[in-house]
Amino acid sequence: MKITEKPVAFYPEFERKSGPHKETTHYCPGCGHGNVHKMIAEAMVDLGINERTVFISPVGCSVFGYYYFDCGHMQAAHGRAPAVATGIKRANPEAIVISYQGDGDLAAIGTAETLHAANRGENITVFFVNNAIYGMTGGQMAPTTLIGQKTATTPRGRLEAQHGNPICMAEIIATLPATTYVERVAIGDSKHIMKARKAIRKALTNQVENRGYSFVEILSTCPTGWKMDGPDARDWLVEEMTKVFPLGVFKDESDHREGAWHRPVEPFAPAKRDAYLGAGEAEAKAEKLPLPAELHCKFAGFGGQGVLTLGLFLAQVGMRAGLHASWIPSYGPEMRGGTANCSVNLSERRIGSPLVDRPNLLVVMNQPSLEAFAGEVVEGGIVIVDTSVVENCPGLPGRRVVRIPATGIADEVGTPKVANVVLLGAICAATGAFPLAFVEQSLRETVKKKDLVDLNLAALRRGHEHVLGAV
Amino acid sequence: MSRKFMKGNDAIVVGALQAGCRAYYGYPITPASEIAHAAALHFPALGGTFIQAESEVSAINMVYGTAGMGIRTMTASSSPGFSLKQEGLSYIAGSELPCVVVNVMRGGPGLGNIAPEQGDYFQITKGGGHGNYRLIALAPNCAQEMCDLTVLAFDLADKYRNPVCIAADGFTGQMMEPVTVPAARPVPFDHTSWCVRGDAATHRNLISSIYLESADLERHNLKLDEKYRRIARDEVRCEEYQVEDADLIVVAFGIVSRIVYSTVDQARARGWKVGLLRPITLWPFPSARIAELSRRDVRFLSAELNTGQMVEDVRLAVEGRAPVHFYGRCGGMVPGAEELLAEYGKILEGGRS
Ligand SMILES: Cc1ncc(C[n+]2csc(CCOP(=O)(O)OP(=O)(O)O)c2C)c(N)n1
Ligand code: SF4
Ligand SMILES: [Mg+2]
Repeated sequence: MKITEKPVAFYPEFERKSGPHKETTHYCPGCGHGNVHKMIAEAMVDLGINERTVFISPVGCSVFGYYYFDCGHMQAAHGRAPAVATGIKRANPEAIVISYQGDGDLAAIGTAETLHAANRGENITVFFVNNAIYGMTGGQMAPTTLIGQKTATTPRGRLEAQHGNPICMAEIIATLPATTYVERVAIGDSKHIMKARKAIRKALTNQVENRGYSFVEILSTCPTGWKMDGPDARDWLVEEMTKVFPLGVFKDESDHREGAWHRPVEPFAPAKRDAYLGAGEAEAKAEKLPLPAELHCKFAGFGGQGVLTLGLFLAQVGMRAGLHASWIPSYGPEMRGGTANCSVNLSERRIGSPLVDRPNLLVVMNQPSLEAFAGEVVEGGIVIVDTSVVENCPGLPGRRVVRIPATGIADEVGTPKVANVVLLGAICAATGAFPLAFVEQSLRETVKKKDLVDLNLAALRRGHEHVLGAV
Repeated sequence: MSRKFMKGNDAIVVGALQAGCRAYYGYPITPASEIAHAAALHFPALGGTFIQAESEVSAINMVYGTAGMGIRTMTASSSPGFSLKQEGLSYIAGSELPCVVVNVMRGGPGLGNIAPEQGDYFQITKGGGHGNYRLIALAPNCAQEMCDLTVLAFDLADKYRNPVCIAADGFTGQMMEPVTVPAARPVPFDHTSWCVRGDAATHRNLISSIYLESADLERHNLKLDEKYRRIARDEVRCEEYQVEDADLIVVAFGIVSRIVYSTVDQARARGWKVGLLRPITLWPFPSARIAELSRRDVRFLSAELNTGQMVEDVRLAVEGRAPVHFYGRCGGMVPGAEELLAEYGKILEGGRS
């Protein structure tokens, strides 16, 4: 197909097109895509936006959109153009992004991308070329194929009972509150073409003026897929297609939305990121504390008792002490007996497995946890038990069992919520791993709500005292 | 304090931001969701973009759009979601766009479960989508590496204009360890020659993977292949522990390498000379190093959280020169130290086969 009077937004010669004919398009004679291209190119010239424009070619007959328009191009996978458009527009709001799609692309394989880009109200322009057929792949049924229309995959005509009905995308898109402008036009007679030209220009103008999402459905001819000649195809479009796909404006809020989608390109400064994420902050005086023995700990209890946080507290104390530390929550089949548990390792050497299957310190806050894990504690290991909750706590041969009514003590201090901190104090005393003052300082740094610091410190000291007093 | 105690999943976001990643697109899935949570919190706070996409298919195509502009971008998911990204990855590789894709692997096939596994090794290292392409695959085994390898991933992606996969597992994602936050730096690449930014300087550029003429497409594939050969030559990374005199070299990555590491000294205490070879790049695979080590009296054991995937690459590298054994657990089951030690014993004392 030859394009007469090329708008300057078209390349003077279609160099990217293979073969000898660099002045004609690859479209069949009478194909509507060429008309739509020309109207888009004219609008790009009028608005002076071709250098800012990124044109996304779909998969379909218009896959080669990049042969023609003198603007930036990205070719998208079948149906994915609106997602690609989103990635472009969000990364550079100054770019003018055109998503050009056929009916198979937009209304079948890409329905999800289409609806959600519209529903987010992306500030993009979508041109939907509805030719009621899959042109590129040889004339199969499209979601917009009319009832009774014969295609390669509906050889007896489309049947409602079997294939459903032609889908009216403009009507659907118009129901989404975030969309700005939705119109259906046609490449039929000259009156239609004038309206189509206006709609295309408006849809692009909206984007330039940051008015939000615009969608123009263009009923278009596919003489090849329809097995008609050009004039018949135009007649069929005007007489049959427009009955099922009425022309008109379905939604227009352009006037109220000028600048509404203006998103400035924000600075993304390294210094700001460093400050925000705390990079390069001076390391707190590396207090290297020697550890009497490597700690491989398991903390277990009911969810909500704070066992995971307890493990985390201890691991952070270890980190502050310049040790290697790891914490990992119960996860997958590790979880058993309705208990939450976590594993913590503290070592002066690099830590191998973060998982602890043979702990030398077990802290339990409920009965099932004691039963589940006590047998796994290595000989010489320590088992700390919250006896406020665990009623039955027998001795374990070869293991040191430390009994402490942690939840009860926490209650006395002020709230059962700090039972885990009472246990932290008990751990310090039982293992001798860290001096109390050091752990106190860690807590001051870790506890986020400053009014809770004193409560936590009191709980810590009571746990510590209890164990020391008991030995 | 610049050392912070954080989850591997959070460390990925810290690494990404410090590497200059400006846009994150994702869809929630356990056990990768914390990455999306952290990205949702931090990216907008720093002038970046976060979108919860309608699917992983959309997320990877949003990545395609941003990557096409020469802007650093990423997505993260877990196995079922990673499967959905394969179409997009094929287009991204075919169009030679840089981006980072995280797969915090979980149990499969199908919906499987949310427990850690390494069952996506084939999918990650052998292509995954259609056509002749490769992902560069980095396998962190601690929180610090979740951060640092993410930074490296962005550099490799830009250097080779190729997608890079962070091949993590449920454990490396959920585990917390101290992480030193690296300094942020400007992106040391200028992509003006090929990217499409929607400006005058780039408006003649084209991002596409379509080559209609057979000869053109073959040329494109050969060009990609040449790139992959360069990557295979220059970007292999692995870590070794006690391999020099080992009678048994255990090959393991991710969480399994941590478990194996803790068994090496124990094995040696029992008189078994065991060593660990940990591929940090799953692709390119450290084949040359394994081949070199196989030219003496030694055995290999590939230990994985799957039913035997990486072991095929070990066998290919060994080319029959040494016995190659496999030990794997899957579905979220993880071998304990004792279990592995028993396996070493079987191999080393079970006689030469
Ligand atoms: C994932 C995928 N599935 C199928 C195809 C094959 N295919 C190419 S174009 C097309 C239909 C195009 O129809 P439409 O979107 O209506 O565009 P038209 O050619 O009619 O303009 C199909 C099914 C593909 N390229 N990719
Ligand atoms: S097949 Fe149809 S849509 Fe495709 S170029 Fe020919 S007429 Fe146009
Ligand atoms: Mg069509």
